[in-house]
Amino acid sequence: MRSLVHPGETAVAGGLLPSLEPLQLIDPDGLPGGNPGGLTLPGPDVLLGLYRRMVLGRRFDTQATALTKQGRLAVYPSSRGQDACQVGAALALRDQDWLFPTYRDSVAVLTRGVPAEQTLTLLRGDWHCGYDPYEYRVAPQCTPLATNTLHAVGLGYAARLRKQDQVALVLLGDGATSEGDTHEALNFAAVWHAPVVFLVQNNGYAISVPLAKQTAAPTLAAKGIGYGVPSVLVDGNDAAAVYAAARDAVKEAAAGAGPTLIEAVTYRMEAHTNADDATRYRASDEVAEWLARDPIARLEAYLRGRRLLDDQAVARLAAEAERLAEEVRQRMNTDVPVDPGELFEHVYARPTAALERQRAALLAELAELAEDAP
Amino acid sequence: MTTAAAATSARPAGAAAASGPAPVTMAAALNQALADSLTADERVVVFGEDVGPLGGVFRVTDGLARRFGEDRVFDTPLAESGIVGTAIGMAMNGLVPVVEMQFDAFAYPAFEQVTSHLAKLRNRTRGRLALPVVIRIPFGGGIGGVEHHSDSSEAYYTHTPGLRVVTPGTPADAYRLLRQAISCPDPVVFLEPKRRYWTKETAVLTHEGPPIDRAVVRRPGKDVTLIAYGGMVATALEAAEAAVAEDWDVEVIDLRSLSPFDDQTLTESVSRTGRAVIVHEAAGFGGYGAEVAARLTEQCFHYLEAPILRVTGPDIPYPPPHLEQFYLPNTDRILDAIARLQWEPDGA
Repeated sequence: MRSLVHPGETAVAGGLLPSLEPLQLIDPDGLPGGNPGGLTLPGPDVLLGLYRRMVLGRRFDTQATALTKQGRLAVYPSSRGQDACQVGAALALRDQDWLFPTYRDSVAVLTRGVPAEQTLTLLRGDWHCGYDPYEYRVAPQCTPLATNTLHAVGLGYAARLRKQDQVALVLLGDGATSEGDTHEALNFAAVWHAPVVFLVQNNGYAISVPLAKQTAAPTLAAKGIGYGVPSVLVDGNDAAAVYAAARDAVKEAAAGAGPTLIEAVTYRMEAHTNADDATRYRASDEVAEWLARDPIARLEAYLRGRRLLDDQAVARLAAEAERLAEEVRQRMNTDVPVDPGELFEHVYARPTAALERQRAALLAELAELAEDAP
Repeated sequence: MTTAAAATSARPAGAAAASGPAPVTMAAALNQALADSLTADERVVVFGEDVGPLGGVFRVTDGLARRFGEDRVFDTPLAESGIVGTAIGMAMNGLVPVVEMQFDAFAYPAFEQVTSHLAKLRNRTRGRLALPVVIRIPFGGGIGGVEHHSDSSEAYYTHTPGLRVVTPGTPADAYRLLRQAISCPDPVVFLEPKRRYWTKETAVLTHEGPPIDRAVVRRPGKDVTLIAYGGMVATALEAAEAAVAEDWDVEVIDLRSLSPFDDQTLTESVSRTGRAVIVHEAAGFGGYGAEVAARLTEQCFHYLEAPILRVTGPDIPYPPPHLEQFYLPNTDRILDAIARLQWEPDGA
């Protein structure tokens, strides 16, 4: 009998369906997890690295939130609670790989090596992206949701075409999975076998809209099968599991096996931003429940239980975190001079004649104001 | 001022030199430009819907996939945001993507990628991230297309800082502008007047001549400046010939670059003639012609003998094929506009 499917339709789902229970390597009490699936627990050095970067990231995050209250940052979307996802993802990348973060992923950007001040330039408001994307292989933090998924696919596919060993990892949230670009990106990546890792930080809310109003899919990871993308569902508050899943996906992608979709189930402990009021849409007992599942406390308990971490090491790290916070405060409390003339500088490779006229007009206006000033 | 005559006398490039000038359609000229760019620069990749074995619905990419291979010229899934979004990522990683949107109105799903990322990434990153991407879009009507196949979408793009928007009016210029667009470090929206794809011109194809951001005088004249672009250039030239019978010596300017706008060439002409008419297919309200009229009024007011007039499509969605003749600007409408430019002597 003739096949009823077209060439290209494999009609084989084997290996594509993710587990319906999140994979876990370390449980919320800090004990070896009950659902490792195919994941391998990373070694002590990696676990200690994850812990260190989470502690530093958390302090950075707390400091940034405080700076919004002092008016030093225009806005700050906190990473608090999603520390394991962001640190796990950033550390899973190799030096030559690319990270495509969103506005909520400042801790991932910081963990990738971008200096704190440059990470916060966007949110302070001196310019848009404060760092050189090529220096750190970190794309500008993306505010229009899901659009960065396609950039990651393009960058990864270009690496393949140019025979370069590079993988792109893109961060997105549960809300972004409803955007058309996510669908297009998963589809393009699958068709092209592009070396891309999609990491969905499912924190349960798109600002205020809960997941139940976002999707009817069994899980977000389950969406992968529709594109032919192998998917993994992990406990997003288990840094070891996120790291292991992301690291495996990066290795697979680098080996030519194509994209992976990872859903990491986590929680946004803070409101959407300092301008949001989360009490309007989520109950305090729900927040309390998730606060008890803090990813940092979990890894710390595990490391202490294995005698990989003691009070002294914790204190040393706390001191390092304080130094980082102090540096962030200092940098952010210092006003950086802005240059209005630069506004016309980077629109085209060379400013057009019309832009030169507009720049001259603005500078003349400013010179006049300065003259009139008492 | 750059004239068309000076442009076509420039040194020929590549294979065209050996064969000499031959009649070439705009579609073939664009195909040659893509082939020559693919040959000249290994970073260039061409992709979109049906651009591979089919050669594009207008055959502009005919034979390129076979000649350059599937890694350089390839079909994509049917998703325009995906095409532009991945082009951005490829450009970030050292390629020079030249993508095709199948039709004007089918480019709209890519609008967010174009306006929020393609146009802005250089600015957002303080010049660190340049995106040399070309988006080819067949645009405009006149081919009897059913709905959504004949939009003039230029104003959406020209209103976006960071994009270059160009459109050729002749086959030779189609070749030149596309080569220049592909070499340009800025993102370029390249609008192809689909009603002129099959227009033939005997010309040597060369990328030399007027640069990407200059308008050219297609027909010198002294009484009135008739400003057109894309598919309306030929219409404007016809009207200019017809105007001879009325004793009007009409200068026709082909804008080529809609953004940036060549103020110099335009103000020079309008200051000299004192009268100007702008022609475009797109609806007039909020249209590109409004910007041209405003700029020229600001810059040439004291030279003007009459208000600057626009001949445009009416402010309606593009009509069905059997009604498009009533929509499109034509010679009569252009002559009518010229006639309204206050030719009576003062006090008459």
